Amino acid sequence: MNRALWLWGILFAVWLLLSGHIETLFIVFGLFTCTVAVWVSVRMGIVDRESVPVHLLGRAIAYVPWLVWEVFKSNVRVARIILSPRIRVDPSIVHFRASQTTDLGRFIYANSITLTPGTVTTGVTGDDMEVHAIVQSEIDGSEENDMNRRVAVLEGKDPR
Amino acid sequence: MDMVLTVLTWALLMAGAFFLLTGALGMVRLPDVFTRMHAAGMTDTMGAGLILVGLLVHTLAGGGELVAVPVRLLLILGFLWFTSPIATHATAKAALSGGVRPFTRADESDEGQGGASS
Amino acid sequence: MFAVTAAALLVAMGLAMCRALLGPTAYDRVLALNNIGTKTVVLIAVLGFLNGRPDFLDLAIAYALINFIGTIAVLKYIEYGDLGAPSRPDGGEAN
Repeated sequence: MNRALWLWGILFAVWLLLSGHIETLFIVFGLFTCTVAVWVSVRMGIVDRESVPVHLLGRAIAYVPWLVWEVFKSNVRVARIILSPRIRVDPSIVHFRASQTTDLGRFIYANSITLTPGTVTTGVTGDDMEVHAIVQSEIDGSEENDMNRRVAVLEGKDPR
Repeated sequence: MDMVLTVLTWALLMAGAFFLLTGALGMVRLPDVFTRMHAAGMTDTMGAGLILVGLLVHTLAGGGELVAVPVRLLLILGFLWFTSPIATHATAKAALSGGVRPFTRADESDEGQGGASS
Repeated sequence: MFAVTAAALLVAMGLAMCRALLGPTAYDRVLALNNIGTKTVVLIAVLGFLNGRPDFLDLAIAYALINFIGTIAVLKYIEYGDLGAPSRPDGGEAN
Protein backbone atom coordinates (compact mmCIF):
# COMPACT_ATOMS: atom_id res chain seq x y z
CA MET A 1 0.00 0.00 0.00
CA ASN A 2 2.86 2.25 0.90
CA ARG A 3 4.35 1.54 -2.52
CA ALA A 4 1.09 2.50 -4.21
CA LEU A 5 1.24 5.85 -2.41
CA TRP A 6 4.81 6.35 -3.56
CA LEU A 7 3.80 5.51 -7.11
CA TRP A 8 0.92 7.95 -6.91
CA GLY A 9 3.19 10.68 -5.61
CA ILE A 10 5.77 10.13 -8.34
CA LEU A 11 3.12 10.08 -11.06
CA PHE A 12 1.49 13.24 -9.78
CA ALA A 13 4.85 15.02 -9.49
CA VAL A 14 5.62 14.10 -13.11
CA TRP A 15 2.17 15.32 -14.15
CA LEU A 16 2.65 18.68 -12.45
CA LEU A 17 6.19 19.18 -13.69
CA LEU A 18 5.41 18.24 -17.27
CA SER A 19 2.15 20.15 -17.57
CA GLY A 20 3.39 23.31 -15.90
CA HIS A 21 -0.20 24.45 -15.36
CA ILE A 22 -1.22 25.23 -11.80
CA GLU A 23 -4.94 25.65 -12.53
CA THR A 24 -7.73 23.86 -10.73
CA LEU A 25 -9.00 22.07 -13.83
CA PHE A 26 -5.62 20.57 -14.71
CA ILE A 27 -4.86 19.61 -11.11
CA VAL A 28 -8.21 17.82 -10.84
CA PHE A 29 -7.49 16.02 -14.12
CA GLY A 30 -4.09 15.05 -12.74
CA LEU A 31 -5.48 13.75 -9.46
CA PHE A 32 -8.04 11.72 -11.36
CA THR A 33 -5.58 10.31 -13.90
CA CYS A 34 -2.98 9.34 -11.30
CA THR A 35 -5.59 7.70 -9.11
CA VAL A 36 -6.94 5.64 -11.99
CA ALA A 37 -3.44 4.65 -13.10
CA VAL A 38 -2.43 3.54 -9.60
CA TRP A 39 -5.75 1.74 -9.08
CA VAL A 40 -5.34 -0.20 -12.33
CA SER A 41 -1.72 -1.05 -11.47
CA VAL A 42 -2.68 -2.31 -8.01
CA ARG A 43 -5.49 -4.39 -9.49
CA MET A 44 -3.05 -5.88 -12.00
CA GLY A 45 -0.73 -6.72 -9.13
CA ILE A 46 2.29 -5.01 -10.67
CA VAL A 47 3.06 -2.66 -7.78
CA ASP A 48 5.80 -4.54 -5.95
CA ARG A 49 9.43 -4.36 -4.95
CA GLU A 50 10.57 -4.71 -8.54
CA SER A 51 8.38 -2.19 -10.29
CA VAL A 52 8.48 0.53 -7.63
CA PRO A 53 11.88 0.04 -5.99
CA VAL A 54 11.63 3.04 -3.70
CA HIS A 55 13.42 1.17 -0.92
CA LEU A 56 16.60 1.60 -2.99
CA LEU A 57 16.21 5.35 -3.29
CA GLY A 58 18.55 6.34 -0.47
CA ARG A 59 21.35 3.97 -1.42
CA ALA A 60 20.92 4.70 -5.14
CA ILE A 61 21.93 8.30 -4.48
CA ALA A 62 25.33 6.99 -3.44
CA TYR A 63 25.55 4.46 -6.27
CA VAL A 64 24.62 6.59 -9.28
CA PRO A 65 27.54 9.09 -9.10
CA TRP A 66 29.99 6.23 -8.79
CA LEU A 67 28.37 4.53 -11.80
CA VAL A 68 28.56 7.74 -13.85
CA TRP A 69 32.26 8.09 -13.06
CA GLU A 70 32.82 4.44 -13.96
CA VAL A 71 30.94 4.95 -17.26
CA PHE A 72 33.11 7.97 -18.00
CA LYS A 73 36.32 6.05 -17.40
CA SER A 74 35.31 3.16 -19.63
CA ASN A 75 34.14 5.62 -22.30
CA VAL A 76 37.63 7.05 -22.40
CA ARG A 77 39.09 3.55 -22.66
CA VAL A 78 36.84 2.57 -25.58
CA ALA A 79 37.46 5.92 -27.28
CA ARG A 80 41.19 5.25 -27.10
CA ILE A 81 40.69 1.87 -28.76
CA ILE A 82 38.57 3.35 -31.54
CA LEU A 83 40.85 6.29 -32.22
CA SER A 84 44.07 4.31 -32.31
CA PRO A 85 45.31 4.05 -35.91
CA ARG A 86 45.15 0.26 -35.87
CA ILE A 87 42.13 -1.23 -34.10
CA ARG A 88 43.38 -3.62 -31.44
CA VAL A 89 40.49 -5.50 -29.95
CA ASP A 90 40.49 -8.82 -28.20
CA PRO A 91 36.81 -9.51 -27.65
CA SER A 92 35.54 -12.57 -25.91
CA ILE A 93 32.64 -13.77 -23.85
CA VAL A 94 33.44 -14.15 -20.16
CA HIS A 95 31.35 -15.35 -17.26
CA PHE A 96 30.84 -13.56 -13.96
CA ARG A 97 29.27 -14.77 -10.80
CA ALA A 98 26.77 -12.26 -9.43
CA SER A 99 26.50 -12.14 -5.66
CA GLN A 100 23.12 -10.36 -5.59
CA THR A 101 20.29 -12.35 -4.13
CA THR A 102 17.26 -10.73 -5.77
CA ASP A 103 16.28 -10.50 -9.42
CA LEU A 104 16.15 -6.74 -9.03
CA GLY A 105 19.76 -6.65 -7.84
CA ARG A 106 20.86 -8.81 -10.77
CA PHE A 107 18.93 -6.60 -13.15
CA ILE A 108 20.72 -3.53 -11.81
CA TYR A 109 24.08 -5.29 -12.00
CA ALA A 110 23.47 -6.51 -15.57
CA ASN A 111 22.32 -3.07 -16.68
CA SER A 112 25.29 -1.40 -15.02
CA ILE A 113 27.61 -3.77 -16.85
CA THR A 114 25.91 -3.00 -20.15
CA LEU A 115 25.85 0.73 -19.48
CA THR A 116 29.63 0.88 -19.18
CA PRO A 117 30.97 0.70 -22.74
CA GLY A 118 33.40 -2.14 -23.22
CA THR A 119 31.17 -4.70 -21.57
CA VAL A 120 27.74 -5.91 -22.67
CA THR A 121 25.69 -8.45 -20.76
CA THR A 122 24.47 -11.01 -23.25
CA GLY A 123 22.70 -13.32 -20.87
CA VAL A 124 21.80 -13.93 -17.25
CA THR A 125 21.03 -17.40 -15.98
CA GLY A 126 20.61 -17.62 -12.24
CA ASP A 127 23.67 -15.93 -10.76
CA ASP A 128 25.76 -16.49 -13.88
CA MET A 129 26.35 -13.40 -16.02
CA GLU A 130 27.48 -13.89 -19.60
CA VAL A 131 29.36 -10.77 -20.60
CA HIS A 132 30.85 -9.77 -23.93
CA ALA A 133 33.99 -7.73 -23.36
CA ILE A 134 35.76 -5.74 -26.05
CA VAL A 135 39.19 -6.23 -24.49
CA GLN A 136 39.27 -9.41 -22.49
CA SER A 137 42.31 -8.54 -20.40
CA GLU A 138 40.83 -5.27 -19.11
CA ILE A 139 38.07 -7.14 -17.35
CA ASP A 140 40.08 -7.91 -14.28
CA GLY A 141 38.25 -9.57 -11.46
CA SER A 142 38.89 -6.85 -8.91
CA GLU A 143 37.27 -4.07 -10.94
CA GLU A 144 34.12 -5.94 -11.76
CA ASN A 145 33.94 -7.24 -8.24
CA ASP A 146 33.87 -3.64 -7.13
CA MET A 147 30.69 -3.03 -9.15
CA ASN A 148 29.30 -6.36 -8.01
CA ARG A 149 29.94 -5.48 -4.37
CA ARG A 150 28.43 -2.02 -4.74
CA VAL A 151 25.26 -3.37 -6.36
CA ALA A 152 25.02 -5.96 -3.59
CA VAL A 153 25.22 -3.12 -1.07
CA LEU A 154 22.67 -1.18 -3.11
CA GLU A 155 20.09 -3.95 -3.07
CA GLY A 156 20.60 -4.37 0.65
CA LYS A 157 20.45 -7.55 2.61
CA ASP A 158 16.72 -7.46 3.25
CA PRO A 159 14.84 -10.59 2.22
CA ARG A 160 12.50 -10.79 -0.72
CA MET B 1 30.09 33.97 -13.42
CA ASP B 2 28.25 34.01 -16.72
CA MET B 3 31.55 33.61 -18.47
CA VAL B 4 32.35 30.50 -16.43
CA LEU B 5 28.98 28.95 -17.19
CA THR B 6 29.28 29.72 -20.89
CA VAL B 7 32.69 28.10 -21.01
CA LEU B 8 31.35 25.12 -19.09
CA THR B 9 28.45 24.75 -21.55
CA TRP B 10 30.85 24.88 -24.47
CA ALA B 11 33.14 22.33 -22.86
CA LEU B 12 30.28 19.93 -22.11
CA LEU B 13 28.76 20.23 -25.59
CA MET B 14 32.09 19.75 -27.31
CA ALA B 15 33.04 16.79 -25.10
CA GLY B 16 29.66 15.26 -25.90
CA ALA B 17 30.19 15.86 -29.60
CA PHE B 18 33.62 14.26 -29.32
CA PHE B 19 32.20 11.10 -27.76
CA LEU B 20 29.38 11.05 -30.31
CA LEU B 21 31.76 11.26 -33.24
CA THR B 22 34.14 8.72 -31.73
CA GLY B 23 31.27 6.33 -31.13
CA ALA B 24 30.02 6.81 -34.69
CA LEU B 25 33.53 6.23 -36.01
CA GLY B 26 33.67 3.07 -33.94
CA MET B 27 30.39 1.94 -35.50
CA VAL B 28 32.13 2.04 -38.87
CA ARG B 29 35.60 0.81 -37.90
CA LEU B 30 35.01 -2.02 -35.43
CA PRO B 31 34.90 -5.53 -36.87
CA ASP B 32 31.59 -7.10 -35.78
CA VAL B 33 28.18 -6.41 -34.31
CA PHE B 34 29.22 -7.14 -30.72
CA THR B 35 32.20 -4.82 -30.72
CA ARG B 36 30.09 -2.16 -32.44
CA MET B 37 27.69 -2.36 -29.53
CA HIS B 38 30.38 -0.94 -27.28
CA ALA B 39 30.78 2.01 -29.64
CA ALA B 40 27.00 2.47 -29.73
CA GLY B 41 27.02 2.41 -25.94
CA MET B 42 29.48 5.30 -25.95
CA THR B 43 27.10 7.47 -27.97
CA ASP B 44 24.17 6.53 -25.78
CA THR B 45 25.88 7.20 -22.46
CA MET B 46 28.51 9.89 -22.64
CA GLY B 47 27.68 11.45 -26.01
CA ALA B 48 24.01 12.06 -25.32
CA GLY B 49 24.61 12.52 -21.59
CA LEU B 50 27.23 15.26 -21.85
CA ILE B 51 25.26 17.17 -24.50
CA LEU B 52 22.07 17.06 -22.41
CA VAL B 53 23.99 18.15 -19.30
CA GLY B 54 25.48 20.96 -21.37
CA LEU B 55 21.99 22.10 -22.37
CA LEU B 56 21.02 21.84 -18.69
CA VAL B 57 23.89 24.10 -17.63
CA HIS B 58 22.97 26.53 -20.39
CA THR B 59 19.38 26.65 -19.12
CA LEU B 60 20.44 27.12 -15.52
CA ALA B 61 22.74 29.93 -16.64
CA GLY B 62 19.68 31.84 -17.79
CA GLY B 63 19.02 30.45 -21.26
CA GLY B 64 15.46 29.32 -20.66
CA GLU B 65 12.67 28.55 -18.24
CA LEU B 66 13.92 27.27 -14.93
CA VAL B 67 11.48 24.45 -14.19
CA ALA B 68 9.99 23.06 -17.38
CA VAL B 69 13.20 22.76 -19.39
CA PRO B 70 15.52 21.18 -16.78
CA VAL B 71 12.83 18.66 -15.82
CA ARG B 72 12.41 17.60 -19.42
CA LEU B 73 16.15 17.39 -20.00
CA LEU B 74 16.59 15.23 -16.91
CA LEU B 75 13.68 13.01 -17.98
CA ILE B 76 15.22 12.47 -21.42
CA LEU B 77 18.60 11.78 -19.84
CA GLY B 78 17.19 9.34 -17.32
CA PHE B 79 15.14 7.61 -19.97
CA LEU B 80 18.09 7.22 -22.31
CA TRP B 81 20.29 5.85 -19.54
CA PHE B 82 17.60 3.36 -18.52
CA THR B 83 16.64 2.10 -21.96
CA SER B 84 19.99 2.08 -23.73
CA PRO B 85 21.37 -0.95 -21.85
CA ILE B 86 18.11 -2.81 -22.31
CA ALA B 87 18.08 -2.21 -26.06
CA THR B 88 21.77 -3.12 -26.31
CA HIS B 89 21.26 -6.28 -24.31
CA ALA B 90 18.25 -7.24 -26.45
CA THR B 91 20.31 -6.74 -29.61
CA ALA B 92 23.19 -8.79 -28.21
CA LYS B 93 20.95 -11.61 -27.12
CA ALA B 94 19.07 -11.63 -30.42
CA ALA B 95 22.34 -11.65 -32.35
CA LEU B 96 23.69 -14.55 -30.28
CA SER B 97 20.55 -16.62 -30.63
CA GLY B 98 20.37 -15.64 -34.29
CA GLY B 99 23.65 -17.43 -34.82
CA VAL B 100 26.10 -14.53 -35.19
CA ARG B 101 29.52 -15.76 -34.12
CA PRO B 102 31.40 -13.15 -32.08
CA PHE B 103 34.58 -11.88 -33.70
CA THR B 104 37.72 -13.02 -31.93
CA ARG B 105 41.36 -12.17 -32.29
CA ALA B 106 41.90 -15.35 -34.29
CA ASP B 107 39.70 -13.94 -37.08
CA GLU B 108 41.93 -10.93 -37.46
CA SER B 109 44.20 -12.57 -40.01
CA ASP B 110 41.44 -13.67 -42.37
CA GLU B 111 39.14 -10.72 -42.23
CA GLY B 112 37.19 -9.93 -45.31
CA GLN B 113 33.70 -9.30 -44.08
CA GLY B 114 32.49 -6.65 -41.72
CA GLY B 115 34.32 -3.77 -43.34
CA ALA B 116 36.93 -3.48 -40.62
CA SER B 117 39.48 -0.98 -41.82
CA SER B 118 42.83 -1.27 -40.25
CA MET C 1 27.60 26.55 -30.18
CA PHE C 2 24.34 24.66 -30.67
CA ALA C 3 24.92 24.77 -34.41
CA VAL C 4 28.31 23.10 -33.98
CA THR C 5 26.78 20.40 -31.79
CA ALA C 6 23.98 19.85 -34.29
CA ALA C 7 26.53 19.53 -37.10
CA ALA C 8 28.49 16.96 -35.09
CA LEU C 9 25.26 15.05 -34.48
CA LEU C 10 24.46 15.05 -38.20
CA VAL C 11 27.92 13.79 -39.10
CA ALA C 12 27.64 11.05 -36.47
CA MET C 13 24.22 10.11 -37.83
CA GLY C 14 25.72 9.91 -41.30
CA LEU C 15 28.41 7.51 -40.08
CA ALA C 16 25.81 5.38 -38.30
CA MET C 17 23.76 5.43 -41.50
CA CYS C 18 26.78 4.04 -43.38
CA ARG C 19 26.79 1.16 -40.93
CA ALA C 20 23.06 0.66 -41.39
CA LEU C 21 23.56 0.46 -45.16
CA LEU C 22 26.72 -1.68 -45.04
CA GLY C 23 25.89 -3.84 -42.04
CA PRO C 24 26.49 -7.46 -42.92
CA THR C 25 23.84 -8.76 -40.52
CA ALA C 26 20.38 -7.52 -39.66
CA TYR C 27 21.56 -6.89 -36.10
CA ASP C 28 24.12 -4.37 -37.31
CA ARG C 29 21.32 -2.48 -38.98
CA VAL C 30 19.09 -2.59 -35.91
CA LEU C 31 21.96 -1.39 -33.76
CA ALA C 32 22.68 1.45 -36.17
CA LEU C 33 19.01 2.41 -36.33
CA ASN C 34 18.74 2.46 -32.55
CA ASN C 35 21.84 4.61 -32.45
CA ILE C 36 20.47 7.02 -35.05
CA GLY C 37 17.29 7.21 -32.98
CA THR C 38 19.24 8.18 -29.87
CA LYS C 39 21.08 10.84 -31.82
CA THR C 40 17.77 12.10 -33.20
CA VAL C 41 16.48 12.57 -29.66
CA VAL C 42 19.53 14.67 -28.80
CA LEU C 43 19.31 16.49 -32.13
CA ILE C 44 15.69 17.47 -31.49
CA ALA C 45 16.67 18.81 -28.06
CA VAL C 46 19.60 20.77 -29.50
CA LEU C 47 17.45 22.16 -32.33
CA GLY C 48 14.93 23.32 -29.75
CA PHE C 49 17.66 25.35 -28.09
CA LEU C 50 19.01 26.52 -31.44
CA ASN C 51 15.63 27.96 -32.39
CA GLY C 52 14.89 29.18 -28.89
CA ARG C 53 11.86 26.88 -28.69
CA PRO C 54 12.25 24.55 -25.70
CA ASP C 55 8.84 23.00 -26.49
CA PHE C 56 10.82 20.70 -28.77
CA LEU C 57 11.89 18.81 -25.66
CA ASP C 58 8.44 17.22 -25.46
CA LEU C 59 8.97 15.85 -28.95
CA ALA C 60 12.34 14.51 -27.85
CA ILE C 61 10.72 12.66 -24.93
CA ALA C 62 8.12 11.14 -27.25
CA TYR C 63 10.81 10.19 -29.75
CA ALA C 64 12.89 8.52 -27.05
CA LEU C 65 9.89 6.37 -26.10
CA ILE C 66 9.10 5.47 -29.70
CA ASN C 67 12.72 4.67 -30.47
CA PHE C 68 13.01 2.21 -27.60
CA ILE C 69 9.73 0.44 -28.32
CA GLY C 70 10.53 0.37 -32.02
CA THR C 71 13.92 -1.25 -31.47
CA ILE C 72 12.47 -3.94 -29.24
CA ALA C 73 9.64 -4.56 -31.72
CA VAL C 74 12.01 -4.93 -34.67
CA LEU C 75 14.27 -7.27 -32.69
CA LYS C 76 11.34 -9.41 -31.68
CA TYR C 77 10.17 -9.54 -35.25
CA ILE C 78 13.62 -10.60 -36.47
CA GLU C 79 13.90 -13.25 -33.78
CA TYR C 80 10.46 -14.81 -33.98
CA GLY C 81 9.12 -13.57 -37.31
CA ASP C 82 5.93 -12.69 -35.46
CA LEU C 83 5.13 -9.77 -33.21
CA GLY C 84 2.47 -11.76 -31.39
CA ALA C 85 4.79 -14.60 -30.43
CA PRO C 86 4.97 -15.46 -26.75
CA SER C 87 8.24 -14.82 -24.98
CA ARG C 88 10.91 -17.50 -24.89
CA PRO C 89 9.38 -20.94 -25.24
CA ASP C 90 12.03 -22.45 -22.96
CA GLY C 91 10.68 -20.34 -20.11
CA GLY C 92 14.08 -18.70 -19.57
CA GLU C 93 14.76 -15.12 -18.66
CA ALA C 94 12.75 -12.65 -20.65
CA ASN C 95 14.73 -10.07 -22.56
